Amino acid sequence: MLRASGLVAGYERGKRVLDGVNVDLPRGGVRGLAGPSGCGKSTLARVLALLQRPWAGTVELDGSPIRGFRHAASRRQRTAVGVVFQQPRPAVDPRMPLRRVLEEPLRASGERGVPERVAELTELTGLDGELLGRFPHEVSDGQLQRACLARAIALRPRYLICDEMTGMLDASTTAALVRVVDEQVRVEGTGVLAISHDESLLHAWAGDDVIRL
Amino acid sequence: MVELDSGRARPPGGGEWRSAARTRAGTARGGTGRARLRARASVVVLVSLVLAAVLVPMLSPAPGLVDYTSVRMPPEPGHPFGTDTSGRDLFVRSWAGLRISLLVAAVSTLVSTVLGSAVGAVAGSFGGWVDRLLMRVVDAINSVPHLLLGIVIVALYRGTVLAVVLSIGLTHWATVARVVRSEVLGLRNRPYIDAAISAGAGRWWVLRKHVLPAIVPQAVLSAVLLVPHAVFHETALSFLGLGLPPHLASIGNILGDGRAAVLLGAWWIVVFPALLLVATTLAVSGLAAGWRDRAVPTRRSELSL
Repeated sequence: MLRASGLVAGYERGKRVLDGVNVDLPRGGVRGLAGPSGCGKSTLARVLALLQRPWAGTVELDGSPIRGFRHAASRRQRTAVGVVFQQPRPAVDPRMPLRRVLEEPLRASGERGVPERVAELTELTGLDGELLGRFPHEVSDGQLQRACLARAIALRPRYLICDEMTGMLDASTTAALVRVVDEQVRVEGTGVLAISHDESLLHAWAGDDVIRL
Repeated sequence: MVELDSGRARPPGGGEWRSAARTRAGTARGGTGRARLRARASVVVLVSLVLAAVLVPMLSPAPGLVDYTSVRMPPEPGHPFGTDTSGRDLFVRSWAGLRISLLVAAVSTLVSTVLGSAVGAVAGSFGGWVDRLLMRVVDAINSVPHLLLGIVIVALYRGTVLAVVLSIGLTHWATVARVVRSEVLGLRNRPYIDAAISAGAGRWWVLRKHVLPAIVPQAVLSAVLLVPHAVFHETALSFLGLGLPPHLASIGNILGDGRAAVLLGAWWIVVFPALLLVATTLAVSGLAAGWRDRAVPTRRSELSL
């Protein structure tokens, strides 16, 4: 269980974006999180992915409280929660070909069998293998988001935060990526938090398990 | 009529065509046609200057050869640049001077760039009190005129090449540090840095794989721009008599020696060495300008967005 309680967070002093938010994310399922633009969905995603320290409140990962965020969190904690952002383009280093984008989590953690896992991830996410040598600016948003999803699940995280993952994509790519994530839930028992402003999409994906922010 | 014509020549949305064309044909292959030509011309000029500065003194008799029977000779076939007040051949002496000036400039630029990039990268990535402390040091160095500070450093170890190198190198890193730091600060909150952290990348990994590659173009660019500046500094120090020892012919030494001779009508003592200096400076900055538009991949990708 990834659990956040009493979260207060923001960027500018005195301007709270999240004010006392509680979220539970169990493993092995998809939970939807809906809310209008600007209500703090992305901030919540960043806190849950251990990328931003909240001003108050606690985050618990499988029963143990998180004390540090960003680099102050241990690698094991950080890689336990994968994250996919809404916009794939700023989320990849423009100097890295896609192959290196996919390899990054594996190499940074000193994993073995990197080429095999990259081939597996390419297959899994339906990323065109010929694009691996290309730079981000040479591929489409859809292909780039596939690469971002592949990177997020490369280390088989126990939880996955999809922050408007399909916001920029067409219907068929959206359906394809949702299938990939569902497959992760089924095979790896991942706990997925699907964040979107689009409630109909969330209901189609997560059924009745949709919470509002 | 005219408006119609110009309307047809322009793409919908004004300048978009141009930037798109630049992205594909221009930027990817090193700038627009004219900038590319300028960069190439600069390379040719710079390479020939450096080659001449290395070869001419090597293939000629010692540049320090004093000959009091032929002082202040105007340019003639035997002495294309004339001779100076001690009768030394200025052709050989000027090229030897350029060689030393360039060497001093290159080494001190290297010192500045490495030091500045390191300080800027550390200040930018660590933030907090480290950043504040380092930036106050930068402010302190920038608040004193560089030449003055350079003179102080040179005065401590008078008359050695190392002193001149250090006096230029240790006064110019602050500007590089500032540029690099702001670049790093801009990078720190990029989503791809977040993604890397989430993917388990440590601080060192992020610095090495994402931050350094991003600042290298900036650092190299400021280094290239620093070279002519350093040549001028060396020249200024030597001109003031504080730079290289007199037996080493640097451009500054030659100009310093020649400034009295100008009043005696020996214009060539100043003009030819100064021309070499100006040509070098122009070539280096032409190179930098041509290169600025070029393969900075971030810019390339941002253009194609």
